[in-house]
Amino acid sequence: MNYVIIGNSTAAVGCIEGIRQVDTKGEITVISDERYHTYSRPLISYLLYGKTDRERMKYRNNSFYKDNKVKTILGKKVVSIDNKAKKVILDNKKSVSYDKLLVATGSRPFVPPMEGLDDVKNKFSFMKLDDALALEKAIDKNSRVLVVGAGLIGLKCVEGILDRVKSVEVVDLADRILPSILDVTGAGMVQKFLEDKGVKFHLSDSVAKFEPNKAHLKGGAELDFDVLVVAVGVRPNTELVKEAGGDVNRGIVTDTKSQTSLKDIYSAGDCTECHDISCNQNRILALLPNAYMQGETAGINMAGGNASFDKAIPMNAIGFFGYHVITAGSYDGKEYVEKTDTTYKKLFVKGNHLAGYIMVGEVKNAGIYTSLIREKTPLSSIDFDLIKENPQLMAFSRKDRKVKLGGAK
Amino acid sequence: MKKIYVNEEWCLGCHLCEYYCAYANSGIEDMAKALKGAAINPRIRVEGDNQISFAVSCRHCDEPLCVKGCISGALSVKDGVIEVDQNKCVGCFTCVLSCPYGCIQPADKGVIQKCQLCTNNSHGKPVCVQGCPNKAIVFEER
Repeated sequence: MNYVIIGNSTAAVGCIEGIRQVDTKGEITVISDERYHTYSRPLISYLLYGKTDRERMKYRNNSFYKDNKVKTILGKKVVSIDNKAKKVILDNKKSVSYDKLLVATGSRPFVPPMEGLDDVKNKFSFMKLDDALALEKAIDKNSRVLVVGAGLIGLKCVEGILDRVKSVEVVDLADRILPSILDVTGAGMVQKFLEDKGVKFHLSDSVAKFEPNKAHLKGGAELDFDVLVVAVGVRPNTELVKEAGGDVNRGIVTDTKSQTSLKDIYSAGDCTECHDISCNQNRILALLPNAYMQGETAGINMAGGNASFDKAIPMNAIGFFGYHVITAGSYDGKEYVEKTDTTYKKLFVKGNHLAGYIMVGEVKNAGIYTSLIREKTPLSSIDFDLIKENPQLMAFSRKDRKVKLGGAK
Repeated sequence: MKKIYVNEEWCLGCHLCEYYCAYANSGIEDMAKALKGAAINPRIRVEGDNQISFAVSCRHCDEPLCVKGCISGALSVKDGVIEVDQNKCVGCFTCVLSCPYGCIQPADKGVIQKCQLCTNNSHGKPVCVQGCPNKAIVFEER
């Protein structure tokens, strides 16, 4: 069997490890336009922060390709898939044949049209290692940095560079920071924490016009900057599958086997849509754990095994300077809230199930809540009054604990 | 493989396992010296009240969500034991988000720690089990 994987990040590694659980012999080829050994994309902010380095941020060790008998074609881009001839075409016109193909092309930064943006010389995205290395070159202790976008990517970038530059200001159209994962209260707490560290926010505002070193905001403020980071959002790289005739909505459509609508073509990671069981909808869940599990599922199925990825939910762990936030699921249902000056917890209960949760400042044992969502545990089967205070195994029945802790089936 | 299993009905709630764990992972040979005056941060935790109690530590799952979700590649499985490479860990706590049992805790220096069945210290076998006075935790095949 001849496996080809487009992409060399989390979903690709999951796929390789999935294939090798079933098929130790088949030929695996990884093709990526990035030149690097597989590395962890989310670690680029920690690289700038100094908490990791180029060696330690490798997602798998140096012998990974050799150990798994993987051939790599790095620094080459796949420009099309010929699904009739079962081959992919590279930008150097060469082609690579496959029996089973994984498309793990990820996503790319979305930069909306903004007046004057072309005149800004020092501007960066923040997704890839090359982005981080370029940004690192451009900053010094005198830099005034403007970040457009107060989402996960923009704010992790802020954490990475804050202590290395003179000032950081953040602009976002939303009324709060981290709008994809936090409500107003939770966002306000994290915002205050970051403001205390020196970050300045301009929310419910946007850039009307750029000059080379100045941003004019719609609200009237003028912000001088030396370096601009644009982290407004991402778009999935769906073109290869779309042009080959595969089903694409916002992301590449996949089933719980990670298969696309095209024969022998699978897809995993940030380029895909999967089924979010916490709200019963198909959506893009661009999250590292999901990418790994979708990729592993694809790999097992490509190699003739049988796996399903049918417990996808949104989930995020993010922290800034040791202040942690963990969230999961959908924010829909009856709310239960607990708050102190520095900690915040909100649970969302829908019918007999936990639909989602937010934890800020105190995140101990959060995974017990995540598991209630993933496993759709009926809340009537546990002591909910106990577990809403603190995530704990005490809230389960003795019989359930025998399974969890005593090895009972 | 052998794992730590809990016999809940035998647990006295004495918390000795927590102290044995802290000692075993301290790197100090003498138990009294390792624990005297120290605030412990053990990898096994006793949950419960005066009626019911039980010790919780890593289950070394066959389908380890912590390993699959680890953003840095710091968590891995070696011979069935789930290990953390603290040198690679960046302390993002995605594993805390993922673990269904609450078995991963923050360690010092902004990284995480977890039970590795004492394979990573000088003892080689789970010291918490050896120190349990009532066989409420056992190290065996089930």
